[in-house]
Amino acid sequence: MVTKPTFSDEVSNLLHASHGRPLATCIQCGTCSGTCPVVEFMDHTPRRLIGMINADLKEEVMESNTFWYCASCFHCTVRCPSEIDIAGLMYALKRYSIWKHQYSEDAVGPVFSETFVKSILRSGRSYEPVLAPSYIFSYGVREFLNEAHTATNLMLKGRLPVLPARIKRLENFKKMANRIIPMGGA
Amino acid sequence: MKTYSYFPGCSLEKMALSYNQSAMQTTKAVGVELQELEDWNCCGATTYFHVDELLAYTLVGRNLAMAEKAGHDLVAPCSACFKNAYFANAYLKEDPDLANHINYALEADNLKFSGDIQVKHLMEVFVDDVGYEELQDKVSHPLQGLRVAPYYGCQIVRPKKDHEDVENPRFFEDLMTAIGADPVDFAYRLRCCGGSLLITSRDAAYQLIFELLQNAQKSGADVIATACPLCQTNLECYQMQINQEFGTDFKIPVLYFTQLIGLSLGLPAKKLGIGSEFVSADRILTYVKEPA
Repeated sequence: MVTKPTFSDEVSNLLHASHGRPLATCIQCGTCSGTCPVVEFMDHTPRRLIGMINADLKEEVMESNTFWYCASCFHCTVRCPSEIDIAGLMYALKRYSIWKHQYSEDAVGPVFSETFVKSILRSGRSYEPVLAPSYIFSYGVREFLNEAHTATNLMLKGRLPVLPARIKRLENFKKMANRIIPMGGA
Repeated sequence: MKTYSYFPGCSLEKMALSYNQSAMQTTKAVGVELQELEDWNCCGATTYFHVDELLAYTLVGRNLAMAEKAGHDLVAPCSACFKNAYFANAYLKEDPDLANHINYALEADNLKFSGDIQVKHLMEVFVDDVGYEELQDKVSHPLQGLRVAPYYGCQIVRPKKDHEDVENPRFFEDLMTAIGADPVDFAYRLRCCGGSLLITSRDAAYQLIFELLQNAQKSGADVIATACPLCQTNLECYQMQINQEFGTDFKIPVLYFTQLIGLSLGLPAKKLGIGSEFVSADRILTYVKEPA
């Protein structure tokens, strides 16, 4: 009889290049949660999230903000006694949520990530000003003004690019990316 | 003279131009040549990995393949670029199927990854290639009495590579000692600056930056030294906002380690890009003295 893969299996399959051990080996010690510098902002701690994945609570996991708060500092990963790549797991959940388009309307992370990747695929290098619209409108008035102020200061200090950088062999670069992710007529 | 392919990364083109300038100046002064990798592309930061892992490895693979063609090991000054290049290089070497897949894409740019070079962070060049003693010999203006908080941040030491000490590294402190400065006991030296959370989850990033600045101040540091453009920007350019948000009065300069090394080698501050800070580094310059 064919059994449906568990959510834990699904997530493990998303970790193809991650070298950590399977999520099922988690001993729920909480070292990750104790180490994480942003744990107080997460609705579930990393320990709890792994427990939830192993308990097949897919919907609750995907509704969680935990993985979008992960800053990729890898502190949990280097400390996990079961050698699970927890930061890698957070990447996998981000990818899963983008693929399935399962994220809350006001989450900035997914839109920012997608905008960033698209801008790189257009020019080969990143260009800060083009990224701003992906997040600036989610800010309140005070934040918006603060950010404008910082940008002005950066400009005055000669630290903000006026023109986007572009690589020379851009056509080859686009063809190369297209061999990995076909993007229609790109 | 040791020669490397140099991958400056997008931030060093403008936002962290001073890191680029000081990297070029100081390496030249210690007899290391950095040859900028021709036509390099963005390393993918952390965001590519949020969208597609294979694409992320392909983009890093292109840079690695170009460095192989140039025949030199690759050096990256940005911790995020370094981490991406280092681990992509390792994974592609270990996994021939993954390498084949990536090589199929690289063919479109007439490139091939073979895995025959090494990837280093710029700080490793000073620590391993130059060495503390040789650096010390070259120091003409030891930064005596300058209390430096050596801020490692994340991706220069994490994830773990081989047998490195990820809980208690000392190489940054030792480097600062070699240039005559006084590394302080900075408890949060391995803690995250928030990275791109500054954009996606500002509340969390502000909290992290606040705690780091508070801890650096408590450690008695005159200056925070960094090895990553994102750490520098978060800790320095947003210090004013943090003061507004938390009612504090932080005025801690944040300089790149290469700028401090450069000063100790007697290089002019302007050539090291000093002067483009939000928090003035003028007070630091008073420590630059010729030995009596």
